[in-house]
Amino acid sequence: MDDTRPAPIEVHDLTVAYRHRPVLWDVDVTFPEGNLIAVCGPNGAGKSTLIKAILGLVPLASGRVSIFGKPAGEVRKLVAYVPQRESVDWDFPTTALDVVLMGRYGHIPLFGRPRARDWEIARHSLDKVGMLEFADRQISQLSGGQQQRVFLARALAQQTRVYLMDEPFAGVDAATEKAIVALLRDLREQGCTVAVVHHDLQSVPEYFDSVMLLNLRMVAFGPVESTFTTENLNKTYGGRLNLLTEVGEKLRRRQWSARR
Amino acid sequence: MNGAGAAAALPPWLDFFTFREPNVRLILAGCVLLGVSAGAIGCFALLRKRALLGDALAHAALPGVCAAFMLTGTKDPVIILAGAVASCWTGAIAIDLISRYTRVKEESALGMVLSVFFGAGILLLTYIQHSGNAAQAGLDKFLFGQASAMLDRDVGTLAIAAALMLAAVALAYKEFKVVSFDPQFARSIGLPTRSIETALATLTVLAVAIGLQAVGVVLMAAMLVTPAASARYWTDHLGRMVLLSGAFGALSGAIGTYVSYLGPRMPTGPWMVVAATLVFTASLLFAPGRGLVARVLLMRRLRRKTAEENILRTLYLNGERAGAMDAPCSMTRLMQYRAMNAWALERTLARLKGRGLVREGEDGTFALTGAGVERGARLTRLHRLWELYLTRKLEIAPDHVHDDAEEIEHIITPELEARLVAALNDPAEDPHAQRIPPGPGAGNVVV
Amino acid sequence: MSNAAWVILIGSLASAACALVGCFLVLRKQAMMGDAISHAVLPGIVIAFLIAESRAPAPMLIGAGALGLLTAFTTEALERYGRLQPDASIGVTFTWLFAVGVILVSAFAGHVDLDAECVLYGEIASAPWDVWLWGGADMGPRAVWILGTITAANLVFVLLGYKQLKITSFDPAMAAALGINVTLWHYLLMAFVSFTTVGAFESVGAILVVAMLIVPANTAYLLTDRLSRMLALAVAMGIASAAGGYGLAALLDASIAGAMAVVSGALFVVAALFSPTHGVIFGYFARRHALVAPDEAAP
Repeated sequence: MDDTRPAPIEVHDLTVAYRHRPVLWDVDVTFPEGNLIAVCGPNGAGKSTLIKAILGLVPLASGRVSIFGKPAGEVRKLVAYVPQRESVDWDFPTTALDVVLMGRYGHIPLFGRPRARDWEIARHSLDKVGMLEFADRQISQLSGGQQQRVFLARALAQQTRVYLMDEPFAGVDAATEKAIVALLRDLREQGCTVAVVHHDLQSVPEYFDSVMLLNLRMVAFGPVESTFTTENLNKTYGGRLNLLTEVGEKLRRRQWSARR
Repeated sequence: MNGAGAAAALPPWLDFFTFREPNVRLILAGCVLLGVSAGAIGCFALLRKRALLGDALAHAALPGVCAAFMLTGTKDPVIILAGAVASCWTGAIAIDLISRYTRVKEESALGMVLSVFFGAGILLLTYIQHSGNAAQAGLDKFLFGQASAMLDRDVGTLAIAAALMLAAVALAYKEFKVVSFDPQFARSIGLPTRSIETALATLTVLAVAIGLQAVGVVLMAAMLVTPAASARYWTDHLGRMVLLSGAFGALSGAIGTYVSYLGPRMPTGPWMVVAATLVFTASLLFAPGRGLVARVLLMRRLRRKTAEENILRTLYLNGERAGAMDAPCSMTRLMQYRAMNAWALERTLARLKGRGLVREGEDGTFALTGAGVERGARLTRLHRLWELYLTRKLEIAPDHVHDDAEEIEHIITPELEARLVAALNDPAEDPHAQRIPPGPGAGNVVV
Repeated sequence: MSNAAWVILIGSLASAACALVGCFLVLRKQAMMGDAISHAVLPGIVIAFLIAESRAPAPMLIGAGALGLLTAFTTEALERYGRLQPDASIGVTFTWLFAVGVILVSAFAGHVDLDAECVLYGEIASAPWDVWLWGGADMGPRAVWILGTITAANLVFVLLGYKQLKITSFDPAMAAALGINVTLWHYLLMAFVSFTTVGAFESVGAILVVAMLIVPANTAYLLTDRLSRMLALAVAMGIASAAGGYGLAALLDASIAGAMAVVSGALFVVAALFSPTHGVIFGYFARRHALVAPDEAAP
């Protein structure tokens, strides 16, 4: 591993708050290259928020994010985002291929038309997720697993080296799950960094190289073998965290008058 | 030549279509242009779930119109348009500020801006009216629209604005599409999403401002929502939806003009809305695929198919029990096998008879024909294969599988069937130890 | 009683009646439904006029109630069977109904004592002279009686149905689980909104009714977290808007209804900025303090 190259993602002292209530507190982590990283934590731990904060989709109360050494705001295009499936209305009048083509929009100038090469890349991406035969299908007619694959293909079409995925395995069938895992491994072989918000603890050691345990604060980060321990899991999911959430609630209820 | 003279003048309802009067042509042009622009931009508002934004913005235009008049003393269309745009814009910003910085929800913000701005507009309007300024006559036409009051300059301004709008939509089509579908993704790839959303809002404002003269403040919302909603029923392709919506808008504009021409006391606005709603109703009902009628017919077809297949299978079962596949069966007996009301059963049997799958004996019993036996065998095969699958692979108890299989068997395709057979190692018997009829190509079915 | 006093009284009654049901509309995120109903009742009123050939309140209320419920039903039906998104369902329905209403008004202009613009902003200035003559005695302006009755009815509705309205507004799922008929309360509320709308129609017109339904309610929403206080504050804000509106209109010699709407909006802005609990100014100062870390704030 080349230590002098800047890391794909570096997060320093990241704090995100929503209406005076901290959602992420002082998170400090570096994601290495060629790695599959699971981001785990209980509901409300801030996992989705972390992804969005890295992408600049939510405002930071403090801290900074750099991607390959540059401030995140300048190099948006280098990170591919696979949001949760519920984040869009799948009844939108568009086809699967069209959605994947949107992944190329970062490379097409404003007001420009997609070129033949963009269409080719889009088709190729659809093929890699096994959905090429559904290219002209209306997205409302796709199953959950198929929709997830379309989102993945869209990210692939961006042709980047960093992927941030929010619960890509949620509600998909077994065949799709296998296909996604194969795809992730493929990306890792190519040296890409893939961070995945993942809810199923059972499969973490099998699918991922590293794991980040998160609950408002970062509890631990590191290779699965050494980090995915009972002790760390207890710290993340266990009773102590009730205090954190309770305090967060108190804070929100008393609002700014909590300061004396 | 002129020999016909006044005596042969066409009745007004026909005369309209000769488009002889320049006035008629003018008004028609204005209304059609408005319909096209509002219809096109309305699609994006609809897809972004902001259908009522147009309503709020239209009402918010009124103070701007009045203020423009108060400041300049004229009703010059460009000035009025500018006033309307400025006022709409202020309203849009207000809505944004309220929903972003207070706990008030966006939907409430829409209603508040709508009513308060409109109230301010009425305040200004009545102030102007009471101030006795003669030039203000006609300002209240902006409430419900009076297309017949449009002049050359008005329509000219309209045309330019509409052209700009449509050009913008064509130019930024893919940007509008991605921002409407997945704004977060758009931001994540570095697109200037806020600016694009602002552009969309501006175009909506422009469409509203264009439409005010013909439709009026109160009903403008309809021209933004109704044609777009109608278009959605006909297509799943965004580009076609935009074109169709524009066409529907134009049609509504034309019809509104027509009616207004026939009854000069009638304001154009409401008639345009009625026309647009008629188009909507027709789309809702009759659009193929997504329309109500199409869906009802599809459901009916599926129900009938299911009933027919169930009866065929029942007759086959009866044949197995009786030892001969074409054994006759009375209706009473059929109703014992399968709970079904007599009337539905009669009609299903009649249809099966019509298709040559069943024959009726003189004693009122029914039996499978050769073709019927083949079909019955196939359906029974699928049913029993699926039952076996459920018991073996999903470990569901044999006495529970029958109902599930009843549902699924009607949709198993030959590909699925082949996979079932492979998964079950080409079985001969189902969970109830009944024989599974051989598949196609496996030799003749034993009768 | 002076004219000004009557007008302010009528305006206050209209605002109070609207504020009581408007609070629930706001909390249920159905503010635009209020807008829709206040427009859609127009054809009902016109038809009532034509049938009854008078301005008796009873036929008008029936007409309004019918149209209000029709709007609610149609919107629901379009959503469910037409697979249309909720905002479009509302938009298509009420614009059409209002258009029909305007057409009827224009068509029967001679027979119906309404004109299209009055429909929009009412004629509260002349309301004091429109008195109710009962057996030859002057009972005072009709509007006071009508609006007074409606305000009282709304008050009774809110008091009797307080718990049900509250829970169906905040947590319909739980309400249903408790056996409360959520649909019934929805349509009851819509019916009362329709009656209120038509009662206020003559005084302030369709659009301004919308202002009265939702602006004071939202102002109250920014000032308190308790439903009971919100209702009281909304009524107070409404009355303040009525009084202030009259003053503004007198100053400018312009529409009283328009002025009332503007004043209610101004009150909202003041609350939005300066509310001690939810205002922007205080929120800004709060944000300038460092966020309290979760551990440090532990009691």
